[in-house]
Amino acid sequence: MIDLTIIWAGIIAFAVAAYVVMDGFDLGIGILFPRFRVGPERNTAMNSVAPVWDGNETWLVLGGGGLMAAFPLAYAIVLPALYAPIVAMLLGLVFRGVAFEFRWRDPGHRRLWDIAFCGGSVVATLAQGITLGALLQGITVKGRAYGGGWWEWLTPFSLLTGVSLLIGYALLGACWLIWKTQGPLQAQARGMAKALLPALLVAIGLVSLATSFLEAQYHQRWFEWPGVLATAQMPLLVAIIGFLAWRAIGKVQNGGRDWMPFFLALLLFGLSMVGLAISIWPDVIPGRVSIWEAAAPERSQIFMLVGAGIMVPVILAYTGWAYWVFRGKVDEAGYH
Amino acid sequence: MFESFDALFLARAQFAFTVSFHFIFPAFSIGLASYLMVLEGLWLKTGKGVYANLYRYWLKIFAIVFGMGVVSGIVLSYQFGTNWSVFSDKAGPIIGPLMAYEVLTAFFLEAGFLGVMLFGINKVGPRLHFAATCAVAVGTLISAFWILSANSWMQTPTGHEIAANGQFVPGPSWWAIVFNPSFPYRLVHTVIAAFLTTAFVVGAVGAWHLLRDRTNPGARKMFSMAMWMAALVAPVQIFAGDMHGLNTLEHQPAKVMAMEGHYQSHPNGAPLILLGIPNSARQRVDYAVEIPKASSLILKHDLNAPLAGLDTVPQDEHPPVGVVFWAFRIMVGLGFAMLGIGLWSLAARARRKLYDWRWLHRAALVMGPSGFVAVIAGWVTTEVGRQPWTIYGQLRTAQSVAPLDAPAVATSLLAFILVYFAVFGAGAVYILRLMGKPPEPHEDAVPTHGPVRTAGITPAPAIEGGRP
Repeated sequence: MIDLTIIWAGIIAFAVAAYVVMDGFDLGIGILFPRFRVGPERNTAMNSVAPVWDGNETWLVLGGGGLMAAFPLAYAIVLPALYAPIVAMLLGLVFRGVAFEFRWRDPGHRRLWDIAFCGGSVVATLAQGITLGALLQGITVKGRAYGGGWWEWLTPFSLLTGVSLLIGYALLGACWLIWKTQGPLQAQARGMAKALLPALLVAIGLVSLATSFLEAQYHQRWFEWPGVLATAQMPLLVAIIGFLAWRAIGKVQNGGRDWMPFFLALLLFGLSMVGLAISIWPDVIPGRVSIWEAAAPERSQIFMLVGAGIMVPVILAYTGWAYWVFRGKVDEAGYH
Repeated sequence: MFESFDALFLARAQFAFTVSFHFIFPAFSIGLASYLMVLEGLWLKTGKGVYANLYRYWLKIFAIVFGMGVVSGIVLSYQFGTNWSVFSDKAGPIIGPLMAYEVLTAFFLEAGFLGVMLFGINKVGPRLHFAATCAVAVGTLISAFWILSANSWMQTPTGHEIAANGQFVPGPSWWAIVFNPSFPYRLVHTVIAAFLTTAFVVGAVGAWHLLRDRTNPGARKMFSMAMWMAALVAPVQIFAGDMHGLNTLEHQPAKVMAMEGHYQSHPNGAPLILLGIPNSARQRVDYAVEIPKASSLILKHDLNAPLAGLDTVPQDEHPPVGVVFWAFRIMVGLGFAMLGIGLWSLAARARRKLYDWRWLHRAALVMGPSGFVAVIAGWVTTEVGRQPWTIYGQLRTAQSVAPLDAPAVATSLLAFILVYFAVFGAGAVYILRLMGKPPEPHEDAVPTHGPVRTAGITPAPAIEGGRP
């Protein structure tokens, strides 16, 4: 039975997915930034995301604001629990966000703003990955509030998810550059993607394995009959997509489709998110609070559903248009 | 016990710091986006190059301001949860949807079209580009609509019910929540404030360049436009502020008592205290300079109307009087100073000396940051004045705070202060550098700093009507 709460869980999940799809690659470019040669290559890499990063990041605001609106109890418990990583993420985003303008305005300190761009992207990504890990491993809930201390999020598992996301976003960034650039920069991006793809597959494997031993519920979902029939397909799919992505990256230099690696990398992210959903459904705070316990009252859900129902398609339309305006290969000319 | 008090104080300090810092940027970008819309519209209509040149000039500054506004704003959307989780849980069903509407109807619009506005002129052509500029400008105003609705609901909560679990939940009508009693006044007052803030920044930049070269056409144009805004909008703002004050008197009387420094009730006409030092320990204003009965005249339109003082409010519901008293005076003082500049410019204009009166230019230059000071002072007045409540009369600030460890908040507060001053300080330097350059007849390059292949074949720059 589909109710408003399930619809809202779907919308929030969509916002998070949209955020990962869109901001993942521009954070990834920040992560890889120091590897590009100073000058035309860095400028081109930055130009490839400069017109869209701001819209991309707005999905993060929708994720946060939407969570508060649709699942206020979850928002109220999760954010204090993840205080340090969230604050670190916000500060990281400050540094990388301003670097887009500042590095052009102050050539004398461009190196400094390049470091800010990369450092901010790395910190924000790590923090997002750690946040995911900390949620999965469970947080202490007391009444309607967070009940743990301010270091509870820090475990080997959350560090593993942090590093995994770092690898994943870096792969997205490399694949984006394969699509949007040409010449030596594209060749360099191909090399990076070839190194990152296997690393990501290993990371997905490690996180999946570790997750299944965190909570009885996860283990049961993935390894017990008859669920295992369905879940066993997931590793297989990941392996197939990984193989296709590897081939697609290799083919680009011989005139293959340059957008293919990016979409296959996104597909890997998609599968990972489906895997997550299988593990935690129907909880919003895994093992502690279900979506129905955390849901806002029906009047709030309906009011927002009207807005989201109208606005989300409109937003997707004009976001698509903005990407269309800046379609094609990017070069470093004509900036500022 | 001491520890929890400490975390509360730190959480308040942190939120006050980040929200005040943030508001500097929208206070400027709301006005500047509209100004850019006007400039590009005038250019399209008249084909005069001076408008295109001014558009390019201010677009570079807008890009920096907007970027800083975005990153400092994201912080806030998460701080409600990190610092005020109990408030978020209790008020989420009401505040959450209003903020979600802000994201859906405003943030995406601004961010989605900003890329085209900054980088897209050569890709989409002037008319579509103008549409993108309009989308960004309208987006900033829609954003103001929703966030001020949310803030106003916290000041004058209506239309809600209290659920069994203690949450504030919507009643049958969202209309009553969105259009709560203080919202229309706050919206008008704040948006005009943003326009005035921008006008005085633009005016100061124009004045600075007029002082060096009074023939510079760009400087003349921007100075003239800014002075029209000052002359026409400053009086409107004073009127709107007065209306807002009367609305506050009706719904949050304790705030007005603090603004006025009325510790004691005045049964036969209350004095208007111009200056003085509020002394909360003794519940009086020391060294007061006052006009007898004038406060009753302003607030009640009657010299002898009785006005209640803080002595009628329980002690534990008093706002901090000193801060509110002074912040209010700073705001009002600057408002009248703005009016003065506006009138002075009218006099100069009437004598055709607008570009010649050096002292007017010097005064306008000094008044450049006045808008920022005034809006921050205004927000301090209204936000400190509604203490000790987050949801007025319903939920106390002390009951809204997240269960945080003091060291965590202290560390992050320190980090915010260091990062904000370093990053936004650098941003301010870059903006001032751009402002320090005179608006040349041709601003360098097209305002497209995106992936543009046509760069280098910029239309002959000095030709009137060159593409912005």
